Amino acid sequence: MLKITNLHASIEGNEILNGINLEVKPGEVHAIMGPNGSGKSTLASVLAGREEYEVTDGEVTYNGKDLLELAPEERAREGVFLAFQYPVEIPGVSTTNFLKTALNQVREHKGQEPLDAVSFLTMMKEKMKLVEIDQSLLSRSLNEGFSGGEKKRNEIFQMAMLEPTLSILDETDSGLDIDALRIVANGVNKLKTKDNATIVVTHYQRLLDYIVPDYVHVLYKGKIVKSGTKELALELEKKGYDWIKEEVDTTTA
Amino acid sequence: MSEVIKDAIEQEFTTNFEALEKRLNGASALPIHQVRKKAINAFQELGLPTARNEEYKYTDLKKALQKTFDFKAPSPQGKINRETIEECLIPGLDANILIFINGVFSNELSTIISPEDQLTIKDLEAATMEDKELIDNYFAQYANYEHDAFIALNTAFTEHGSFIHIPDNKLVEKPIALYFFNDAQAGKSYNQPRNLFIVGKSSQATFLEVFYTVGKHESFTNIVSEIVVNENANAEYYKIQNNRDTAFHVGTTQVWQARNSQFSAYTFTLNGAMIRNNLNIASDGEGCESHMYGLYLLHGKTHVDNHTEIDHIKPNSFSNELYKGIMEDQSHGVFNGKVYVRQAAQKTNAFQSNKNILLSDQATINSKPQLEIWADDVKCSHGCTTGQLDEEALFYLQSRGVSKERARVLLLYAFAVEVLENVKLEPLKAYLEDLISERLHKDF
Ligand SMILES: Nc1ncnc2c1ncn2[C@@H]1O[C@H](COP(=O)(O)OP(=O)(O)OP(=O)(O)O)[C@@H](O)[C@H]1O
Ligand SMILES: [Mg+2]
Repeated sequence: MLKITNLHASIEGNEILNGINLEVKPGEVHAIMGPNGSGKSTLASVLAGREEYEVTDGEVTYNGKDLLELAPEERAREGVFLAFQYPVEIPGVSTTNFLKTALNQVREHKGQEPLDAVSFLTMMKEKMKLVEIDQSLLSRSLNEGFSGGEKKRNEIFQMAMLEPTLSILDETDSGLDIDALRIVANGVNKLKTKDNATIVVTHYQRLLDYIVPDYVHVLYKGKIVKSGTKELALELEKKGYDWIKEEVDTTTA
Repeated sequence: MSEVIKDAIEQEFTTNFEALEKRLNGASALPIHQVRKKAINAFQELGLPTARNEEYKYTDLKKALQKTFDFKAPSPQGKINRETIEECLIPGLDANILIFINGVFSNELSTIISPEDQLTIKDLEAATMEDKELIDNYFAQYANYEHDAFIALNTAFTEHGSFIHIPDNKLVEKPIALYFFNDAQAGKSYNQPRNLFIVGKSSQATFLEVFYTVGKHESFTNIVSEIVVNENANAEYYKIQNNRDTAFHVGTTQVWQARNSQFSAYTFTLNGAMIRNNLNIASDGEGCESHMYGLYLLHGKTHVDNHTEIDHIKPNSFSNELYKGIMEDQSHGVFNGKVYVRQAAQKTNAFQSNKNILLSDQATINSKPQLEIWADDVKCSHGCTTGQLDEEALFYLQSRGVSKERARVLLLYAFAVEVLENVKLEPLKAYLEDLISERLHKDF
């Protein structure tokens, strides 16, 4: 589904991604971990199409297409979804307000009929239950005055509405209390099928107890320096990153 | 008459004034004519402002007017047919409709629907003869012709316009909509209408001023509206400017508020050549509440200068100001917001905010908040932002599948809505929503 080969990306002349290789197949869950500043969010942004980042080398193919050629909205319509680490506040635009436009543009792209107001509302209600989010939150200005947990839940709500093929969750668990974490994780699990895939960026094993990964990767200095199975996450939780950093820094030194 | 006559343009107005005096004939014996004379003297002292005048720094009206108009002869009367007028009315707005053609009130084209005991509406000229006491008490008592050349000019040439008097304890349900049409079909037109609105004690009324030009030639309006909001009264005032590219406009709205009164002004500017709006409010009693909302969506070469002033004279009053602008193409916006809190005006709450979005490299905004506070126990704040469209917000919406163009429109519309949502007249709100949507190419 997704194949990243030797991906290099930089911002304002600073190289942040340094040759990333990663393959994700339908039905899989990949966890990406790594110390602060290692480039996890950058990778997520590049995949979503943020223009500030300049791809200097490498390729990304997604369902046979050159992902890097597509505009951000085209990627979304093709089924790529990013749950942002820090979702932006948009005064005057509510979730309900833009999501109908978004959903119908996605549907149009897929050759489907636009949803009328009633079907849209029905769908909203159903997905709201999934992430236990309140209607009133969705009618408010997007993320303005939302708590950390509300922002994250709103991201997953949007994911539920858009039914993506490839979801990238950037620290969706950070700052959530245990109940909210369970709700969010349950939501993600319920949306899982054999045809879609998930990349979860996280610092904590706690999330991976709920969303069990098939693979765990460690990103450090813009490179995947170690990959393994869910046991690697447990090891990282116990030992931290220092041993990996040492390994990497001595071999490159 | 003063010796200080500046350039040809000031001379033209002087000659014009002499013609007016002749035309007035017997009416020049009225006390109002003494005011006219003082005003023309003041005008001659002041001269039209140039960019060297701090208050007109970014809006060189003298230059623009000199280049475009010839004020030697009085502007023609004008004639616009009923159909054209009806096309311009705000749809669905059930209102008293006052039509002015080239500044002159047309009885024939106007429709007053409010009962007579609620209000008096007449041409200002008629009021100068029939309502002498009110005219003497209120006319030119607020708009200071000693300090501003355009107010001086308007006062000197006061003839037509409207006189609207609402006695005490009247709730005027139907808005009073004044439509000012410039007939520029046969040639350039200019005029200087004058309004006096008096809202009695504990009364309530809504006023609208809408400006249009018919015909392809340039037009110039220099309007002054004095609004007296007596004790415990409530007045709403809307100004709608979606005029032709050839329309020059200077307008002063001079408001005086007595204790416990409420006043709200809403200024929407979408098009014109060069526009200067002065909104001056004297909050002259305890417990006053004043709101100033403004939205300017500019494109092409439109130049719009909004100068506002709220003068807190007495304690325990509140004012709130929100002006927002979106500038495209080579348009130019100017905002100057003066907030005065005098020493006696303790416990004043005054808030001001001006936000701007520039959509092109060639668009300009000059924003200047100006707070002068002499009282010590007050709550005042102001904020002013100027920027491009929020790239992060754009990306966020795109990442959900929304096209860039649509995302842009969503964000701009959301920006404008913060002002628009305060409009209380539903048909007017719908009308403005349509205009704004059209401007932003919002097609959903
Ligand atoms: N606009 C920018 N200009 C310069 N450097 C940037 C910019 N944006 C990000 N960086 C740098 O890129 C590096 C990677 O940042 P990124 O946000 O991808 O890290 P991360 O792995 O997601 O970290 P965290 O765990 O804290 O979320 C950091 O060193 C960051 O400072
Ligand atoms: Mg990050």
